[in-house]
Amino acid sequence: MGQPEQTTYWQNLKRLPWTLWESLVRHSRPDTDRARSQTVFSNLFLHLHPTRTHIRSLRFSATMALGVITVSLFAILVVTGVLLMFYYKPSVETAYNSVKDIHYVVPLGRIMRNVHRWAAHLMVVAVLLHMARVFYSGSYKRPREFNWLLGIGLLVTTLGLSFTGYLLPWDQLAFWAVTIGANIAGSARELTDAIGITQSMDPGGFTREVLLGSKGVGGEALIRFYALHVMVLPIMLTLLLGVHFWRIRKDGGLARPDADVTHAGKGAAPKGTPATKPDAAPTKTYGLMCVVRDKQPATNLDPADTVPSWPYLLRAEVLIFVATLVLCIVLGLLFDAPLTEAANPAIPENPAKAPWYFLGLQELVSYSAFMGGMVIPGVALLGLALIPYLDREKEPAGVYFSGSTGKRIAGYSLAFGVLLAVIAVAIPVKYGWLRNWMPDINQLWIILLNPGTLLTLAYMAWSLVVLRTTRSTRMAAIAIFTCFLAGFIVLTYVGSELRGPNWDFFWSKSSWPTH
Amino acid sequence: MSERLKPDPVPRRDFLGIAGLGTLALAGVGALAGMVRLLKPYVYPEPMFKFRLGRSDEYPPGTVRLVPERSIYVISEPRGVAVISLVCTHLGCIVAPGDRGFDCPCHGSRFDHKGKVLRGPAPRALLWLEVTQAADGSLMVDANREVKPNTWYRG
Repeated sequence: MGQPEQTTYWQNLKRLPWTLWESLVRHSRPDTDRARSQTVFSNLFLHLHPTRTHIRSLRFSATMALGVITVSLFAILVVTGVLLMFYYKPSVETAYNSVKDIHYVVPLGRIMRNVHRWAAHLMVVAVLLHMARVFYSGSYKRPREFNWLLGIGLLVTTLGLSFTGYLLPWDQLAFWAVTIGANIAGSARELTDAIGITQSMDPGGFTREVLLGSKGVGGEALIRFYALHVMVLPIMLTLLLGVHFWRIRKDGGLARPDADVTHAGKGAAPKGTPATKPDAAPTKTYGLMCVVRDKQPATNLDPADTVPSWPYLLRAEVLIFVATLVLCIVLGLLFDAPLTEAANPAIPENPAKAPWYFLGLQELVSYSAFMGGMVIPGVALLGLALIPYLDREKEPAGVYFSGSTGKRIAGYSLAFGVLLAVIAVAIPVKYGWLRNWMPDINQLWIILLNPGTLLTLAYMAWSLVVLRTTRSTRMAAIAIFTCFLAGFIVLTYVGSELRGPNWDFFWSKSSWPTH
Repeated sequence: MSERLKPDPVPRRDFLGIAGLGTLALAGVGALAGMVRLLKPYVYPEPMFKFRLGRSDEYPPGTVRLVPERSIYVISEPRGVAVISLVCTHLGCIVAPGDRGFDCPCHGSRFDHKGKVLRGPAPRALLWLEVTQAADGSLMVDANREVKPNTWYRG
C-alpha cells in the first residue's frame, strides 16, 4: 500500500543532485554549440550576451576590452567595498581610526583597501578610455545614440562614486579635497555675489547645504557621502549598466562597418516598412533565437563570420577579468593607498589637491570657481551628450577616425588643443591675469574672461572651423572631442605635477619650498 | 452638423486617464520636492556659530591676534575691534598669514591685512564678522553674520 510511494520518495531523494541541477539549468550538457547557445539564451546572467558573436567584435582592436575591464573593476570594487563595510565606521570620531584598523589590524584588510583604491582609480581611467574608444570608432552613431547617453550617465556616476569614496577615510587629504569639491558645487554663489543677489536667491548655498547637510564638511557630510557611496550610486550604476549592456545587444551588437545599422530591436522593422520575414537572412545574430519560432533554433547554421559566444566571447571576458584582477592585486601589493593625518578643519593641506581626475578642473577652478567648476564641465558634458544627435552622418561605424581625413583632423586637433592649453596655463603663470593688471576690476569680468573660458571658446571655434572646411559634422565632432581630451590631459598634468604650495607653479616637486 | 460631432481635443474616454496621470505626475513632483527639501537642515549640527572672544580689555588697541581654533583674526585699533574670517572666499580653505597679508594654500589667492583680494581666484574679500558685547562685557563674535568691511566695534 504505502510501499510504492516510499520507494518513490527514496528514489527521488537519491536523484536529488541530478533533479536539482536539472531544475537549475534548463539544457543538456553544454557540449555542443547548440546547447551552449541555448544556455546563453536562457540564463539570466548570460543572456546579456548574444548567442553568437561577430568575429570582428572579438578582435582586441575593436574594443581594446575597455568595457569588460570597466565592468571587471566594478565587480572588484563591489566585493572589496562590501568587505571594507564590515569594519568601516562612518562617524567623525571613528572613521579615521577604523580605516587605520583596516590598514594595520584587520586580516588582509590592507590589501583589500589597496585593491579597492586602485580599482577605483583604474575604473575612472577605463571609463574615460572606453568613451574615447567608442567616440573615435564612431560607435555612438545611430542607432546607438541612447547608449552613448547612458555611457555619459555611467561616467558621471563613476566620478560621483570615486569622489564620495574619497571623503570616507576622514584624513587631511579627504577633508580638504571634499571641502573644495563641496564649495565648487556651491560656486553659483560666486555669480550671485558678483551680481549682488545672494541675499534673496542663493542656489549655490542651497546645493552645498543639501550635499553637506551643514555649512561645512562634518559628520553630516560624512554620513551623506557614505550613504551615496555604498547605496545610492552603486544601485544607480548597476541599473545604468544593465540597460547599457542590454542596449548593446538591442542596438545590433558592436558597431562594425559591414553591419546594416538601419534598425534595432528584436524582429523590429523600421517604422513604416513591412516586417522582414523570419526566413530572410538575418543581419543581426541576436535575433536568431526568436525569429525562428516554429522549429529548432538554427544555431548550428553559422551566419557569416559569427562564432558562438560560448566559448569564444565568455572565454575572452573571463581572461580579461582575471588580468584586471591580477593587475589590481599587484598594484595593491606594491603601493599602499594613502592615509595622511586625521582631518583637521583648522589647517588645510598645502597644496590641497582634489583626486587626480579633478585636478584639471581644479586648474580651471583656480581662475574662477563658478566657470571652472560648474559651467565648463557642464558645457563639456552637454556637448558630449549632444554629439550623436548633432553628428548624424551615415558612414561605416566601427572605423577608427572614420578614415584618413579623420586621423589628420584628430592629429591637428591634438596639437592645437595641447598648444592652447599650455598657453592658457603659461600666460597666467608668467604674466598674471586681469586682477594683477587691474586690481579693482569687477568680479564679473574675472568670471567671464578667464583662461578657462577662453580656452573652451577657442576649442569651440576650432570645431566650427573644421565644420566649415570639411563640411562634415563627424570631423567637427572629432575636432572638439580631441581638443577637450587634450585640454583635460594637459590641465590634469599641470594640476597634479606642476602645482605646489599655494598653487604656485613649479617645474618639479623637488623645488617646492620646505617649511 | 451639430457641435457634438466635432472631435474633442481630448477624447472623452481618455479624459479620466489623462487627469489621473497628470495628478500622479503632480504628486510625484511634490514628493520629489519634499525629498530634496528634507536634505537641507533647519538646524545646523555645528557648535554655536556665536562665541565669546574674551573681555574687551584683553584686546587693547594695536593688538593683532590669530585665533586658529576659530579660524579668525582679531584686529584692535583705536577706532574699535574687528574680526576677520580666515575662510577663503574662493573654495573654503583656511588662509595662512604671510608676509603681505594672507595666502590661501589651495588656489593661491592672496589677501592683504584687511582681507582685500590682492591676486588669485577669490571672488571677494575675506568676510568681516559681526562683533557684539555680551552682558558680562566680553566680546562676542557671530561667525554666521557678515558685516561690511571696515566696520569697527567700539565697546
